[in-house]
Order: sequence, then C-alpha cells, then structure tokens
Amino acid sequence: MSARENILQRLRAAPQGTQPLAPDVPGFYAATGNGSADRAARIERFCEKMTFWHGEVVRVTRGNWPQKLHELVAAKGVRSLLYGERHAAELLASGMSGLRPYDRPIDGWKKELFEKIDASLTSTRGAIAETGTLIVWPDADEPRLMSLVPPIHFALLDADQIYDDLFQAMTAQGWSASMPTNALLVSGPSKTADIQVTLAYGAHGPKELIVLLLVNEEELK
Amino acid sequence: MNAQHLQFVPASEFRQRAAAAVADEHLRRSFRGAMDFLIGKRAAQFPDASALERQRALAEHIRKYSLARLPELLEQLERKLTENGVQVHWAESPEQANAIIIDIARRHGTKLMVKGKSMVSEEIELNHAMADAGMEALESDMGEYIVQLDGEKPSHIIMPAIHKTKEEIARLFAAKVPGASYTDSVDELIGIGRAVLREKFRTAEIGLSGVNFAVAETGTLCLVENEGNGRMCTTVPDVHVAITGIEKVVEKLEHVPPLFGLLTRSATGQAITTYFNMISGPRKPGEKDGPREVHLVLVDNGRTQAYADEQLRSTLQCIRCGACMNHCPVYTRIGGHAYGTTYPGPIGEIISPHMLGLAATHVLPTASSLCGACGEVCPVRIPIPDLLIRLRAEAQHDARPGHAPLLGQGAAKSRLADAVWSGWAALYTRPALYRAFGWLATRFRALTPPMQSGWTVSRTPLKPASRTLHDEMAARNKR
Amino acid sequence: MEGCGNRKYPEKPASVYFFGTCLIDLFCPEAGLDAVRLLEREGIEVHFPPDQTCCGQPAHSSGFPAQTRAVALAQLRLFPEPWPVIVPSGSCAGMMRHHYPKIFADDPRLLVEATALAERVYELSEFLSQVVRIRLIDHGEPTRVALHTSCAARREMGTHVHARTLLDQLPGVEVAVHAHESECCGFGGTFSLKHPPISSAMAGDKVDAIKETGAQTFVSADCGCLFNLNHTLRKREDRLQGQHLATFLWQRTGSEGGRQ
Repeated sequence: MSARENILQRLRAAPQGTQPLAPDVPGFYAATGNGSADRAARIERFCEKMTFWHGEVVRVTRGNWPQKLHELVAAKGVRSLLYGERHAAELLASGMSGLRPYDRPIDGWKKELFEKIDASLTSTRGAIAETGTLIVWPDADEPRLMSLVPPIHFALLDADQIYDDLFQAMTAQGWSASMPTNALLVSGPSKTADIQVTLAYGAHGPKELIVLLLVNEEELK
Repeated sequence: MNAQHLQFVPASEFRQRAAAAVADEHLRRSFRGAMDFLIGKRAAQFPDASALERQRALAEHIRKYSLARLPELLEQLERKLTENGVQVHWAESPEQANAIIIDIARRHGTKLMVKGKSMVSEEIELNHAMADAGMEALESDMGEYIVQLDGEKPSHIIMPAIHKTKEEIARLFAAKVPGASYTDSVDELIGIGRAVLREKFRTAEIGLSGVNFAVAETGTLCLVENEGNGRMCTTVPDVHVAITGIEKVVEKLEHVPPLFGLLTRSATGQAITTYFNMISGPRKPGEKDGPREVHLVLVDNGRTQAYADEQLRSTLQCIRCGACMNHCPVYTRIGGHAYGTTYPGPIGEIISPHMLGLAATHVLPTASSLCGACGEVCPVRIPIPDLLIRLRAEAQHDARPGHAPLLGQGAAKSRLADAVWSGWAALYTRPALYRAFGWLATRFRALTPPMQSGWTVSRTPLKPASRTLHDEMAARNKR
Repeated sequence: MEGCGNRKYPEKPASVYFFGTCLIDLFCPEAGLDAVRLLEREGIEVHFPPDQTCCGQPAHSSGFPAQTRAVALAQLRLFPEPWPVIVPSGSCAGMMRHHYPKIFADDPRLLVEATALAERVYELSEFLSQVVRIRLIDHGEPTRVALHTSCAARREMGTHVHARTLLDQLPGVEVAVHAHESECCGFGGTFSLKHPPISSAMAGDKVDAIKETGAQTFVSADCGCLFNLNHTLRKREDRLQGQHLATFLWQRTGSEGGRQ
C-alpha cells in the first residue's frame, strides 16, 4: 500500500469519540468583533497601526497621487520604479524618470530586478484596520515579486476598501470562492528580531513600505 | 552541539546537558532575558483575560473539529491542491519525505535549495539528506542561517538563534562570511545576511518552506513570517516544495483568522506578522513570476500514533507558537539544545515520543515540574501537564488492555520503581499500617538518612516532625 | 482559573472535614494544627477522619495510575457527611478537585462519588476567604512578607488570589511582590529527585528573588514548596525561612483575641 493509503487508513482506524459541531466563526466575530467602527475611525486606526509597523502612510487623492509619488520618489533618491500596466498612463503622464514596467516574465531579468530596481508601485485590494495590514493580490499585471524584491514598496490603497478585521475582509470580498495563486497580507516593511531580540528592518524584503492612501479631499488633513 | 543523524535522547545525556546548561551563567541569563521579553510582549497583547479565554475556546474548537475530520480534510486538501496545479506527496517517515524531496530536487538539476523556516524539515533532517545527495540546503531565516553557519541546530522554534549574543554572531560572520568584517551593529549584521542570502534566493533552483495552515476548501497553503525569506523561497526559484505535518489542515478559510491571530500574539506578542503568504498554486499562464511547480509533502512521522488515542490526539492541536517554551521554567533554565530533539520545551516533551519513540525520549516527559504554565498559555488549550503524566505512565508500563502500544511502550519500566510504588500504595491504602509507619518515622526521626538522593544536592535533608498530625489530632480528641 | 468567580460558594457551614495531606502529617503537623485552630476559632467543628493518608498525587504525577487509583479510592469514602473538605495544600486540593473525577471516569458509580467529593473540596485559604469570609485582626509587629504562590495551587485553585486577600486583611503586613512571582519553585514532587540540577536552579532563583525583596519571611499555602525553599535556604545557611500561610495567620492573629 502507498504511504497515502497507510496514513489515511491509520487515521480512519482511530476511535472517533464525539464529533464536535462546526465552529461558529461568524458568530464569534459578530459577538466580539470591531464591526461598529465608522470610516474615519477605520482610516485612523489603519494609519496608527501601519505606522506602528514602521510603514509610512501618505494621504493622497485620485487627482494628485502620481504627483505625490513623484515627490516621494525624488525625495528618496529612487532612480528606478517598477510598475504594472494598470498605472502606466498616470505614471507616464507624471513626468517621472526611471520608470520600469514589469512587462515580461522574470526569468530573463532576475538579476536586474534584484540589483537595479530601487522601488515599486503596486495596487492593493484593501486593508485591515485592526492590524494595519495591506491586502495585496499579485496578478499578471502586478506580479508577486513587485512587493518583495525592490527595497522600497509604494502601495496604493483606496480608503473605501479598509475593513475592520481579517475575517470581515475575507468574507466581504468573498476570498474563499476565488483565491488567486498568491495572496498576501503585508504589515509594514520586512523585519527580524533574530539577533538578540533586537528589531531590524529590511531583513530580506523591502526596507521601506509607503502607503499612498486614497482619500477624499476633506480627509486630506 | 552538532546535529546528529538520529535523534536519540538517553536519559543520562539529557541530564548531563541540562546540568551543563544550568551551570552556564551566560546561557541562563540570555534565555531568562529573552523569555521575559517574550512573556511581556505576549501579556501586552491579551489585556482582557476573559476575551482571551473566548479566543482560546474558539481556537481549541477549530483545531479539535479539524482533527476530528482529518482524513476527509486531507483528501479534500489534496483534491483542491491538485485542481490548483499543486502536486501532493505523502510520507510516512523522514526517509520517505527526504526521498520525495531529493527526487524533485534532482529532476531539476538542483545545486542549491533555499529554505524558509520549516520545523518539519528539521524533524526529518532534510539538510543532512540533501548533503548526502550532493546538494546544498541553505537556511534563509536569519536565525536559522546563523545557527546553520555555526553548525548548530535551532534552540527555539520561533527564535532559532536566541542562545547567541550579537557579539558571538559578529565573530561568526567575520569568520565565516566571505568579505564580512567584524561589526556588532545588529542593523549591519542583518545587512550582511541580507546581501548573502539575496544572491542565494536569486540563484537557487528550488525553494522549500513549511506551512502554518493548509486550507482544505480552497487548497491554500498559509505561511506566517516577518522577514520575507519565506516569500523569497516560495516565489523566486522555479520550484517550491512545501512540507508539513498532516495535522496542519483546517477545513475553511474562515477558520484561519482566529488561529492566525492567536499564533502571532502568543508567539512573539505581535498582533500580526509582516507577511501572511497564501499560496494556492504555481504560476499560471500569463503570470510573469512565481514557481512553475509547487509541491506539498504531507508528513506523518508518528502523528498517526498520537491521533490513534483520544487523549494523546490533543497533542496535534498545536499551532507551533512556542508560548509553552517561553513560559516554561525548565526550558528557561536549560535552553533548547539540552533537549536534543527538534522540538524543545513542553511541546517537544509531548510530541517527540511519537516521532522518536519512548525508548529514545522517555526522559523528556519527566523534565517538568508540572507547574502548568504551558497549559495555561497554550492558545489551543492542549492539556500539556496531563499529557506529560500520561506519557510518564506509558513509558513505565505495558499498554493498557484495548490500547495499541506506543512506539517504545514500557521502555522505562523498572522493577525497582514498580516495587517502590506498589509498596507505597500498600502502605497508603492501609490506614492502621500507615499510622504505625507515621508513629515509627516520627519517633525514630533521628535515624533519617542525611543524604536523600537528588534532594540533598542543594537542600538540607527532610526530617519527620516529632509527632504526626494524626497523633496530634487523636490526642486533641481524647482531651 | 478557579476560585475567581467561577465557583459558587455556599454559606459558612457548622462542620467541615479536614484532610491533612501526607506531607503535613509527617513533616509539619503544626501547619495542619494551625489551620484547624483557625477554622475552630470561627466556630466550625473540624472532623479529622483518622483513616486518611494521601491524596495519591505522588504516584499520579510519577505515572503510576494503578497505585494512584488505589490510594485515591482509599480516601474517597472517608467523608460521608455532606460537609466541605478542607485541604491545607493547593496541589493536593487540586488533585482531589480536578483529577479525582478523571481517575474514576471509567467507573460510573465511582465517578459519581468522586465528582460529589470534588465539588466540596476547598483549599484552606479559598475556604477562609470565600466561604467563611473570615475577618482577621492583626496583633503582629509590622513586617514585610513575600508570598510564594505555588503553581499548582495557583493554576488549579486560584490560591494566590485567596492568600493575598487574607494577607491584605492584616494592616501590619506589607506583601512584597518578588520577581517572577508566578513561577514554579522547582519542587514538582519527584521532579526534584529526578532532575536535581534543574530543580535546584529553580529553587535557587526563587529564593534569590524572595531575598531581593528584603522580606522578613515568606508564606505559601503548599508544604511541598515550603520544604523545597526552606531546605534550600538552610543548605545555604541562610536564616530566612518560610511559613505555611495557616501558621503565619494563626501567629499574627493568635488566640481567641484574633476573632472579631
């Protein structure tokens, strides 16, 4: 018999005892969750938590974000910015230099990505206020490595898409019916405390995470 | 302590290592400091005790529910993963698991495998097997990288290099990393590791990772990490091999948030880790990166033995947060290496006997004062002290009627211990005899031996009082 | 955790049983007597079944279930009246309250008896503070006292809360909190014999932490811990010695005058 059959057979031979009922996870979150927060409170909470993780949050509008990004890129001395087709028009119109589209499979230019790209811009699918977390679903246009390899990651987040907690986000967006090949939660830049429990940023992934938070004019502050 | 091929923990060796660890002031201080830090961070995450109890109750329920349906869920997981394009393999033993992985690696002409943190890969001694097969397996978690560079094994499942100071790491890097000069700045040390490992991620043919949760309904492998090395290993090389114990499966995606939230808070006192990486398949046509092949190796290695017993099954509820070791007064004193097993501390004491057998591990369940700290902090409420007592009993007795023997059942049987405890029971079940014994012991207390085995190593001998409480109470009743 | 709101406490009874525990019986009967005195001073009649021996915990924690069961069974029927059973040791009380029902789970008749007994087992400080609602009058000199909370007592019986409640009634007593107060002292029954270096290190750290508070004494509601710590201190030729909580309370509130 195969290992598979042996394992399953041993598991099936075990005494079953009383079968627990299915856990009521929605009920748990309905009773204890953070569901009452309004938009302003969610935005506030997200910003506070993301800042706690050493992420930067910059409030922008639909109209001015390319220009804001241009300023940030210049201030940080970024010479090359990786982007996807989705934002090509706005970025090219902004007059930024060093723009680099992720327009072909990685296999041909891995070394360049690892060594030559300073920053990237990706979209996000939303965020989680409770923990200051971005929901990033890479796809063909904005592949997985964009949010991982470049030392600086700029992420565009629509304030309408901030959820209270992970459970609310995954149920509201119906994740279980449509998981992509890779889905990510990102809470700040890469870090480690493996040396003498001392926190250091930029362990393997980005050293900086800058969230461009799309808000209404009156929320700009 | 160098890695051994076969993990075997003779009682004498455990005692020697524990005694050496206890005598090592430096080790004692560093573990105490680190554990205090983690205990404090965890406590800050759970300010409301009753809210924590509700979360623990739910997490325990989810784990028990998942285990109750384990065979069905494993089949569902396999089906969904296969639909998603992931290749699923099953291994009963470390040898089978290693053979599967080496076969995959060979097919892809592997010279270098980069590894994200995976305790199961430590459990099966994959690095040795890879080396024997002529391939390099490089640890990429900073802590694991450091201990591997020094030829050691992790001393903690979450913080592998917690036994090392930054100065030791600085000397290690200066000696072993080409081109690195001595620095004891943590940022610069991490920078050195980053530079070395980025090159490795880029050139490795194959990446290996563990799995924190495997979701059956979607066929999703979830990985929890802060550093990003796990993402590197699962994204950059052309082939990703994930390896996990069969117990890690949950039915639904919605079962993940309660477990994930407790895992990170219990482990390091973080509300969430930097990355939560959900992998449901290899690179699809049109996608520009990600591995072209994804494999999952499901490992038994003794888990079905624990599963076969309703009490011992709760061992498999574990989500590997390490809180039990952080809070264990024994682990804090002796550190992770003294145990000699992949999983140290209380969880190691209850899981290792299933993986390695009681003959090799029967001393481990005795290395606990049964203080209960582990059970108190366990986010999935594994009754660790009860399981320690159970394993102590199984190690010293034949299997009970109707129970299959555990691997190494009865390995610590001792006629002397049987005689002592039977004599003890004979005395303590016969009240008149017991009172006579008390009378004699108190009247002849001058004869109490001055050396009382382990007790008098650091203590003065115990001596009976001049009268027993029985005598005193009888005298009072006469008055 | 128990004893912190989960347990429903009855009215103060006229009679109780006293289960002295094997360690107190042989090694420190004075603690048992002081506990009895405290109870009697509250007008409670204390019954000491002479056939009692040991709760069975030593064999239980050593992995000898048959012997545990035999000894536990010998205690099971010593308490026929529906009175509370008072145990001046947190770990023994925890054994009878939490583990007896599990030990007899395979025998429906004994399970009923074990459960009924378990329900009326109280650790002494729990009983004094929650059921008797004792009011203590302090006659002692001002002093600084550390409390060793005893892990089994703490986790199974909530004893640390009850002991502190009692000590807080004494205006002359300042309770000094030592570092890692909740941590085990390293006794653990046969653990102290099987792993002397680890156990000694734990005992040594506990003693150091208590010494560091500058406390003049320390108290515990568990004799095993007290032996461990006191004999460690004696080996070091240190004059600091701990007392059983019952003895400490009796001495400070001494004689009939201590009763309000």
